Amino acid sequence: MSDLSELKVPGPTEIELTKPFWQAAAEGRLMIQRCEDCSKAIFYPREICPHCWSDKLGWEQVSGKGRLKSFSRVHKPGHPGWAPVAPYVVGLVELDEGPTMLSHILPGEGEPAVGDRLQMKPTNIGGRVLPAFQPIDEGGKNE
Amino acid sequence: MSRSKAALIGVASLKPVRQTEGETTLGMLARVSARAIADAGLEKDAVDGLLVGPQVGETPQHVPATVAEYLGLQPVMANVVDLGGASGPGMIWRAAAAISAGMCETVLCVLGNHRNPEAPRSPNRNPIREFDVPFGASGANISYALLMQAHMAKYGTTAEDFALIAHWARANAQRNPNAIFHGKPASVEDVLNSPMIASPLHLYEIVMPVAGAEAVIVTSAKLARELGSCAVHLLGAGEKVTHRAVSQAPSLTSGPLKPSMERAFAQAGVTVDEMSLLSLYDCYTIMVAATLEDSGLCEPGGFGRFMREHDFSPEGDMPLNTHGGQIGYGQPDLAGGMTHVVEAVHQLRGTAEGRQISNPRFALATGNGATMSEAVALVLGADE
Repeated sequence: MSDLSELKVPGPTEIELTKPFWQAAAEGRLMIQRCEDCSKAIFYPREICPHCWSDKLGWEQVSGKGRLKSFSRVHKPGHPGWAPVAPYVVGLVELDEGPTMLSHILPGEGEPAVGDRLQMKPTNIGGRVLPAFQPIDEGGKNE
Repeated sequence: MSRSKAALIGVASLKPVRQTEGETTLGMLARVSARAIADAGLEKDAVDGLLVGPQVGETPQHVPATVAEYLGLQPVMANVVDLGGASGPGMIWRAAAAISAGMCETVLCVLGNHRNPEAPRSPNRNPIREFDVPFGASGANISYALLMQAHMAKYGTTAEDFALIAHWARANAQRNPNAIFHGKPASVEDVLNSPMIASPLHLYEIVMPVAGAEAVIVTSAKLARELGSCAVHLLGAGEKVTHRAVSQAPSLTSGPLKPSMERAFAQAGVTVDEMSLLSLYDCYTIMVAATLEDSGLCEPGGFGRFMREHDFSPEGDMPLNTHGGQIGYGQPDLAGGMTHVVEAVHQLRGTAEGRQISNPRFALATGNGATMSEAVALVLGADE
């Protein structure tokens, strides 16, 4: 399998509004928005809260922990730039703070399964550090 | 028919093909429109309403005016319906609504696209491009694979359950000479042995992109009666749009077709059990599974047993996608959703040559766009 960092793949189409997310990602942190009126965490970043339409959205660093809601092992990528690392896994990550994001799922101990606990792992994909996720074992086996 | 909200009096399809060379989408839309108006027994000047899809081949904007100009029409109602695979069914109720609002009398609903070589990559610069694509998730295959995996994890449904849906689509396609997979049936084993594209989704569970076009002429029930048309009636419709990207889906196993179908059945005053034909949008096998469960024909997670308990052929107890569905017929871009309406019209008026259901009364036609996000359900009825 080739190195993810050497892929020639489309990177994020960052805009002014989303800079805090991508800047934090480059530094290995996960920052998402939270509504100061209804208190809900939201993803992806927006100009107004999709729950209550308030424009009082603040940024906060989150745990980077979540749960695998679903996944797919991609054998035939939709973009040819991903072919060198196929098959690879993408998944839906339900962050502990609430919202769901799609991400790249790095190999864990065994095969991925819906319900796996995940931890964000900053990963160089195509020359840029992005928030990928990896299955983790969160106790129960520490004796 | 007193419950009729509008009459579907003409339909036409261009035979799907894998590739076109030097075709224009405008040209294809013109050909299919001419056939549909001839099928309706009308002249082009009867058309005073026009509904088209977005991104019509070479035309990114001003689409209704461009299509109208090309066809020599000057419609008094013109619009774009941009609901992905639900666009076709979405056109039908909008046509009925425009007619009953007194804005026009006879509407041409037309969709299609060429497949000339070197299609440009997506011009998207929106959230799905910014937050999904960079992680390796381009295209619909992965999104529907995520829905399918979630269904399997939640209910324990199996690869064989899903393969049965593709098998039946291919089987029914053998009765439709226009279908891209006519002459190419597929057993459940064939489906499971086809290449894995994005687990758990196999190649034969995915529609094949083709060039093609589909058109439907909608008019008032009154005019249809005066013309003595061979009409099929719109009895009920429902629509719902919930999200765009799969990460934003409120549910991974039940979609907006559920409330859309409930509304369509309530408007029509019929139940799903009274349907003579299920013409269900099938971009992927999971879409049919979710729709069967959302329709109430089987319980959530129960579609696999349902697929084993019924015969889905035109002579069967539960005719489903008798044109082969898009899995058997091919997906002519946004026109794919309209194939389910065109087939329902053929069955309900008795022109489904070689695959006619006997004495059909009602049909359910569904459309679905994006990632189980844009939904339209129509209940159509035979002229009685």
